[in-house]
Order: sequence, then structure tokens, then C-alpha cells
Amino acid sequence: MAQDRPTAAELLNAVIDFLREEATPSLDHSDAGLGFQMRVAANALAILEREGRLGPAADAREHERLVKLLGHDGTLDELNRELARQLREGQRDERDGALMAHLEATVADKIAIANPKWK
Amino acid sequence: MTVHLQTETEKVRAALAIAASRQFGAPAADLAAIEGLARQSGGASRQTWSFDAVVNSRREALILRRDPPTSGKTERERSVAIDRATEFHVLRAAHRAGVRAPEPLFELTAEDGLGEAYVMRRIEGTAIARKLLRDPPYAGAREKIASQLGEIAAAIHATDPATLPPLARREAADHIAGLRGSLDAMGLAQPVFELALGWLDRRKPSPLTRPVLVHGDYRTGNYLADETGVTAILDWELAHLGDPLEDLGWLCVKSWRFGAIDRPAAGFGTREQLWAAYERAGGGTVDRARAHWWEVFGTVHWGVICLTQAFKHLSGSIRSMEHAAIGRRAVEAEVDLLQLLKAA
Repeated sequence: MAQDRPTAAELLNAVIDFLREEATPSLDHSDAGLGFQMRVAANALAILEREGRLGPAADAREHERLVKLLGHDGTLDELNRELARQLREGQRDERDGALMAHLEATVADKIAIANPKWK
Repeated sequence: MTVHLQTETEKVRAALAIAASRQFGAPAADLAAIEGLARQSGGASRQTWSFDAVVNSRREALILRRDPPTSGKTERERSVAIDRATEFHVLRAAHRAGVRAPEPLFELTAEDGLGEAYVMRRIEGTAIARKLLRDPPYAGAREKIASQLGEIAAAIHATDPATLPPLARREAADHIAGLRGSLDAMGLAQPVFELALGWLDRRKPSPLTRPVLVHGDYRTGNYLADETGVTAILDWELAHLGDPLEDLGWLCVKSWRFGAIDRPAAGFGTREQLWAAYERAGGGTVDRARAHWWEVFGTVHWGVICLTQAFKHLSGSIRSMEHAAIGRRAVEAEVDLLQLLKAA
């Protein structure tokens, strides 16, 4: 059975706005250390909100690229382990264009979730 | 919790009263008064306390550095961080060599009951990057800090090795092996970090015939500054012998610019300003390729530190939201690495 509104993202955003606009300024006055912790908490919830929205499609794209790059199927974790092993053993390096395109795309999707402002 | 902290503060106060009386020659009937004793924020795993000791009507502004009895250190941290006694002797050698650093005064003894600990003079200034980078009083300092950090780095690296306590020597190859070991210990597959470690491995600089004193955590956040610029270099617990450009590369890692990304040298200047000041102060010619190598290394290092911090929470050694959240900053280092490797 579907949940009622707000959706997960809407509810998370309501909590984030409350923490940033009401809880944090009040804490900054009474306890600067806790104010900082509250910013960390609000940022963590914002990551989860973006991950809920963008994560599944990003994971699917990463999986598809890894299957193509490595030439066989597997779980996302298995494929990343194999790629990491190949890089550790020197079987691939930064001169591999397909590898670099995959890593660029993967990191772009990850940073869009973890910290879209990072340049 | 409050009760526990109170007990801890009173224990530290009592021990400091006795130790300061001994050090500053207070009469037996009139112990030193310990005033304004407060645990400082920052330095999660190792304690720093600020206090004044009033002895014979003289006020001494001091800092206590102390290891907590149980600290959640990972195996890697335990293997690279020096103990408090060694830190005291490194600081003394650097201070005597003219490095802008707090003057270390005395070590506490086992009888004082505070564990491994020493006391140094307190120096005025702030270490808070956000203030130094943006607040009006520091506008003048902002123009100077990159060059000052170059000059001070040259002084640190010129410290006579004969005056130092025994320190680990760590070359490029040791650092690479250390980071691979950390990833393996956490059981993590990190293709971008592996890519960068492979790049570093194939280009690693040859070991120096004469390794120097390396601070090991030379960055914004680990020095004090006031309106005149840098007043003291802090946090010597990762000191070791190695390549001087390790400190200059680490200083330029993007995370230490705290948002001022167009000013690579600590968030305050250009790499060229930093290197020129280092060379003028007698640090020797900065090999540009070697400096770049250490900046790439520092960036992988920071990414692995983010993961290591998260695993302290995940393993239960430190339960902390802040530690957990920092794991998601590892990808910032991945972004930076792909940029750096393209620029190479």
C-alpha cells in the first residue's frame, strides 16, 4: 500500500529545512559545537535525499558500464572489486580511454549525490 | 556525562597544580592555582587542554597535550602517530631551531597520573580556517600566509637531524604501501584511488640521501594565525623523516583550501608564491614534478583518511555522526584526483 504524502523526499526536505532554518541558528547561540554537529546532520540528510532520488539510476549506469568494460556480468560490488584488482596489479592504467570515461562518469554521479557544490 | 566530565576536569586540575608547582618553583604550602582550565575542541583522538597557572603571583598561559586513557585509534594511526614524549622532543628541537612553534616546557611524570602528557606555552591566534579565510581582521594576514608557510616549512626542514629523537623514516614507497594496506584492512575496492596509487607507484621519486624532518600534517587548521599572519605551527604528532616536498604537497591538497579553490597554497596563495618563499628561505630548489607528485599523493591520502574516519564509527571504536559522515567526502578526493591526473 502506498504511503500518504509527504513522499520520502518531501518529508526529508521538511526535516532538513527545519534543522537548517530553526534548530541550527538557535544552537549557534547556545552551543556552537552542537550547532556545527547539526549542520553535519542536515548535510547528511541532504545526501540521503539526493541518493534516494538519483542513486538507483546512477548505480544502474555504473553497473552497465562495468559489464561492458570488464566483458562479463556480476554484482556491482564484484565488478568494482575486479576493476580495483586490475588497477592494483597494473593491468590497467590512466592511458585506457574506456576506463577513464567510466571513472569520470562514476565520480560525476557520486559527487552529484555526496556534494554537488564540489568543484 | 556532566558528572563524568567534571570528575575528569578536577583530576586534570589537581595533577596540573602539582606539576606546575614543581616546574615553576611554588612554595610547598602554596600550590600553583590552575585557572580557566578547559578542554579544547579539535583533535578528536588526543586531548588538548588550555589553562593558566598562577605561581608566585606570576601568570603563565599554557597548553596541556595529553593522550586519553582509551582512544579509538586504528592500526594505521597507531603505527604512524608518534607518542607524546617523542612529540615533546620534536617540538623542542624545532622550536630551538627557530621554527615558529609553541615553546614546550615540561613533561608530566607517571606519578602525575595523567598518562602521556606535556605542557607548552599558549600562543595567541586562531586555527579556524573559516575565520582566517573570510573575516575582516585577517585581510592583511591573508596576503602573507602562503609565503609565511613557505618560509616556516624551510625552517622545519632545516632542523638539525642530530637534535631530533628517533623518528620513523618514510619514503614514497612506504606511503603507497601504507595507503594500499589501509584500503585492504577496510576491505574496500576503490578504483579511482587504485588508479592514482598505480600512477604514483610508477613515478615515485627516488629516496633522498639525506631525509629531513617532515611535519606530516602541514595545512590550514594546524597552525595559529592572527592579524599579522602565522604565529605558530601546531599538531606535530605525524612528524617523521622523509621528503620535504611531502609537506608542501599536502598543504596544496584541495580540502585544505576550505572553499578558496583558486588559491592552492593553503587557501591563501599560488603554488608559485609558496615555492618561491620556500626557496628564498633556504629550502632548496623545489622540483615542480616532485611537488606535483606529493600533491597527488596527499589527495589520495586525504581520501583514504575520510574512509578511515568513517570506519572508526562503523567498527564501533568511536561512535560519532561526524566520523560517519566524513566517509562521504572521499569522493571529493576522487574528483580532485581525476583533475590532477589530467593536468599531469
